[in-house]
Amino acid sequence: MSAELQDLYQEMILDHNRRPRNFRAIADARHAEGYNPLCGDRITVYLTVGDGGTITDVSFQGSGCAISKASASLMTESIKGKTVEEAQALFERFQRMITASGETPIDDLGKLTVLAGVRQFPVRVKCASLAWHTLRAAVDARNEVVSTE
Amino acid sequence: MATVVSAPRGGLNVNAIRQDFPILRQQVHGKPLVYLDNAATTQKPQAVIDSLVHYYAQENSNVHRGVHELSGRATDAYDAARETVRRFLNAADSREIVFVRGTTEAINLVAQTYGRAHVGRGDEIVLTEMEHHSNIVPWQILSQEKGAQLRVVPIADAGELRLDEFERLLTDRTRLVCVTHVSNVLGTVNPVADLVRLARSRGIPVLIDGAQAVAHMPVDVEALGCDFYAFSGHKIFGPTGIGVLYGRKALLDAMPVYQGGGGMIGRVTFDRTTYAELPYKFEAGTPHIAGAIGLAAALDYLTAIGLERVAAYEHDLLEYGAQALSQVPGLQLTGTARSKASVLSFALHDVHPHDVGTILDREGVAIRAGHHCCQPLMARLGVPATARASLAMYNTREEIDALVRALQTVREVFA
Ligand SMILES: Cc1ncc(COP(=O)(O)O)c(C=O)c1O
Repeated sequence: MSAELQDLYQEMILDHNRRPRNFRAIADARHAEGYNPLCGDRITVYLTVGDGGTITDVSFQGSGCAISKASASLMTESIKGKTVEEAQALFERFQRMITASGETPIDDLGKLTVLAGVRQFPVRVKCASLAWHTLRAAVDARNEVVSTE
Repeated sequence: MATVVSAPRGGLNVNAIRQDFPILRQQVHGKPLVYLDNAATTQKPQAVIDSLVHYYAQENSNVHRGVHELSGRATDAYDAARETVRRFLNAADSREIVFVRGTTEAINLVAQTYGRAHVGRGDEIVLTEMEHHSNIVPWQILSQEKGAQLRVVPIADAGELRLDEFERLLTDRTRLVCVTHVSNVLGTVNPVADLVRLARSRGIPVLIDGAQAVAHMPVDVEALGCDFYAFSGHKIFGPTGIGVLYGRKALLDAMPVYQGGGGMIGRVTFDRTTYAELPYKFEAGTPHIAGAIGLAAALDYLTAIGLERVAAYEHDLLEYGAQALSQVPGLQLTGTARSKASVLSFALHDVHPHDVGTILDREGVAIRAGHHCCQPLMARLGVPATARASLAMYNTREEIDALVRALQTVREVFA
């Protein structure tokens, strides 16, 4: 197996794929649906926002490839307790990390850093960012389906 | 074709054929390329590449317009390409061969001309559950415009059409039957000759989507008795951007025009326009001349090898592939019809097809993962996507073995 594949499918990613965290619906929460036409996969992100814009709970449901599922799972873990603005800023750093060229130093994004290997696989960037795009739609409580296309 | 040397037992000399396809000689991610995405598009033999180079280097000109030498040569080559297609499909008349961009445009052409003229409120168009989006959406657009209904023939679990349901769905409101010859997801070869007989005995015309058939088996439109037959050049070793609509002459003659413009007219005044004869009536604007010539080169190449031989070779390879894949633990084939061609769709327990595709790619093995433009079929199968290996005449048993080895890598990653 190539080193790049090992980078992509790290143990933590496989673990989050097998046992996704916060994999549930939240009743009466803001939510949005995301769609990746490439995989044919759909996920729904649920979100409750408290006073001061703090994300008090976040979860997701749906089916997807290992990268999109692990990314969604890791996203929910890393934004709970943050404000919506902080989550948005994290998304921007995450997006830069997974789209940077191979030589760019990898930003330390905590657990999310395990997804840095996606940068070697440009066609998989959309898988890793699907949950985040869907989160943004859920924040806006847009009730349409967001697509990665 | 110099390289078409027959192998023992009248079989296919696959090594010689592989030599004709320069792209196959490369490495991908440091591994020999194993190209198993032929249902998406096929690779091009040197003869096709050369024909394009020759055309642009020696003959390039517009057709039917010029008095000069080059225009004459380009026109002759374009006309000769049409005759090559006619022979290839065994159509009765080269005027029944319309050049289009591909299968998709061929079907849209029929929907927008024959369909608009013959389908009205309350009428029905019969499709099948295994159609490609390009044989669904044009009919949906037409039905919405006209207040007509789509009637969908279901499939049985192995991926075969329910013929009892097919017959039941043919009513006095049915205006057209549209069915794929070979499914691009299941590999099922539909009994199109029988379907045509059943429909035509009730006076219903039939359009066959031949996109996945023509590169894998001989097709004879006269013997099939179909009214329309569509295919794409790029799926039969020819260029992209060129395809064919075969239409029975009586129907084409009676059909309204498709696009308007140069080339499709008889005489134009601001009051009215008369239209050109077949097939030009349906070919507005400067056609894809080079594409038609390249397609003819591809058909000549394939004909010299012989489609009977190709079909026999691929049948054998497909059986080998199905057998080899079924040995992979956790692998399930999707589409196990008795009569199949080219396609091996599969699911690997717990591993998403997209992850399968990425890992195989790093092993040099090109397959496709996704819905394959068949979302209604995916819904019927209850999956968001499948992984699909699709064969062509240049694939080998060694390549199947490479696929199986690469699938072991997938299993290791996801162990
Ligand atoms: C069965 C079938 N029909 C139609 C098409 C559309 O062909 P094209 O995109 O060349 O128009 C395809 C291509 O994937 C196909 O597999």
